[in-house]
Amino acid sequence: MNILVCVKQVPDTTEIKINPETNTLIRDGVPSIVNPFDGYALEAAARIKDADPDTKIVVVSMGPEQAKSALKECLAIAADKAYLVTDRAFGGSDTLATSYILCNAVKKLEELEGPFDAIFCGKQAIDGDTAQVGPEMAEHMGLPQVTYGLEAVVDGGILKVTKEMEDGKSVIGVKMPCVVTFTKPAWDPRYPTIKRKMAANRAEIPNITAAELTTIDLAQAGLKGSPTKVKKTFVPQKKTGGVKIQEETNEDSAKKLFATLSAASII
Amino acid sequence: MEAKTKDLWVFIETNEDGSAKNVGLELLTPGRMMADKQGGKLVAVIIGSGVDPAVGAANSHGADQLLVVDSAEYASYTTDAYTSALCALVEKYGPTTILIGATNNGRDLGPRVSCRLKTGLTADCTALDIDEESGNVAWTRPAFGGNLMATILCPDHRPQMGTVRPGVFKKGNIAPGKAEIIKECIHVDAKDIRTQVLEIIRDMDSEKVDLEGAEIIVSGGRGVGGPEGFETHIKPLAAALGATVGASRAAVDSGWIAHSHQVGQTGKTVAPKVYIACGISGAIQHLAGMSGSDCIVAINKDPDAPIFDVADYGVVGNLFEVLPVLTEEIKKSRA
Repeated sequence: MNILVCVKQVPDTTEIKINPETNTLIRDGVPSIVNPFDGYALEAAARIKDADPDTKIVVVSMGPEQAKSALKECLAIAADKAYLVTDRAFGGSDTLATSYILCNAVKKLEELEGPFDAIFCGKQAIDGDTAQVGPEMAEHMGLPQVTYGLEAVVDGGILKVTKEMEDGKSVIGVKMPCVVTFTKPAWDPRYPTIKRKMAANRAEIPNITAAELTTIDLAQAGLKGSPTKVKKTFVPQKKTGGVKIQEETNEDSAKKLFATLSAASII
Repeated sequence: MEAKTKDLWVFIETNEDGSAKNVGLELLTPGRMMADKQGGKLVAVIIGSGVDPAVGAANSHGADQLLVVDSAEYASYTTDAYTSALCALVEKYGPTTILIGATNNGRDLGPRVSCRLKTGLTADCTALDIDEESGNVAWTRPAFGGNLMATILCPDHRPQMGTVRPGVFKKGNIAPGKAEIIKECIHVDAKDIRTQVLEIIRDMDSEKVDLEGAEIIVSGGRGVGGPEGFETHIKPLAAALGATVGASRAAVDSGWIAHSHQVGQTGKTVAPKVYIACGISGAIQHLAGMSGSDCIVAINKDPDAPIFDVADYGVVGNLFEVLPVLTEEIKKSRA
């Protein structure tokens, strides 16, 4: 098995604060992490490798040079090879343009690493939250897809993906090659070992730039290749005028809450 | 592609019994307003097998026209069959706008279709309008875990597409249907459907947690202290109110309650009439999943907890003392 895992370096959105004067995000000092859903995709690949040690796991990220720290973390956890797709021409891409660039990057990676049997992604990144890049990559490449995967096992030439549904789970059989996006399973991803961490720190991570993507049409990349445009951003309004209840005793508070909610016909 | 009409389409996702999922009917409400502003028809698109119940529901919720693809190959959702059918309809009729409910299947289908049509798609919108300046749809959505909102336009590509979060819009009143019903036969070869459902494991009734459909949710967080806190304090209040039990990620990750109860970015997005948050501090990821609730009640001992920033009613106090009294009062009033 040859598996490609797509990862994104994201700001830890649990650490983001809002500047109350400018109503903008304060990103300074916010740690960058591997998008957690991509971590689940990597873990799913690692479990396939546990069952079949001949499996190769390649990770790719698109982003600036500093995204290599995310790739190194993936190398430390389970990946065998890592590549960074990076070029100023790719900046400002929306999901359609991003998936188009990644599709071309996959063609290049297949020249270097051989054809991939499966491409795993997180279901969405926690900064953009779109959940669109995985399915759009699948469409650009003409591959079948399964989204909301929890785990995947290889059975003959078929990948069996356990998929989360709103009211349960299903097992989907999908022909390879395919794209699978992963959500949070019931288990935690593995941690890197010290030995792998040291090797990852020394690893060379090659850059892939626009010039090396011979199949790409740059008119479909970056800001100009993006059909969607951001008109404005704003900070969600906080509710004001909420009623606070804090009586002498908790019992009194509870009674006042009940009286208030009843009077307003809320309960 | 160019739009051939000014029509706005709402994709009505169906259940396996042929009924419409709520979110499709909800979207007919903003769809009406937007179609009127765009000067086109409001069209409900229904793909499935044995979908007469969904056709009836869409008709009575105000659609001007129904496009119906009803055939055995659509009995259960598959990415390949549904993408082919929806794209074939778009190529034939050329709508200017398409709304899709942001369910698991909607978010599987939307990007596949928009990419095939080489157009823009805005994910998981929570507000919709028509941009006055340009006449384009103004798609508003949360990003960065709900820390920031963005309004997105798709100026030069048609159809402009978006997925819209369930529970944000309310279904309209039922009125006698007057829609023109057009049936389309679109066949997809079995060999072109590259995924196969091998097994379905539905949640058992005892585990079934319908958070999205709940009118009242009582949720517990870290402050509940352990699984016994859910049994002795959260569940009794929920039972008294006929409410569904929710939980924060902290409570789920600690193993106090099953993941199916989780509300927030990695759980369910909910919009009940009343959301009662007990011992939940209100991390932004949790707020992202419940801030659309009509009325939020928070009970927390920390007066500075961020949950109070979104609460309509907040009690600063110990939930172990507040909840039993509140539960008793409710029981008494309903006895």
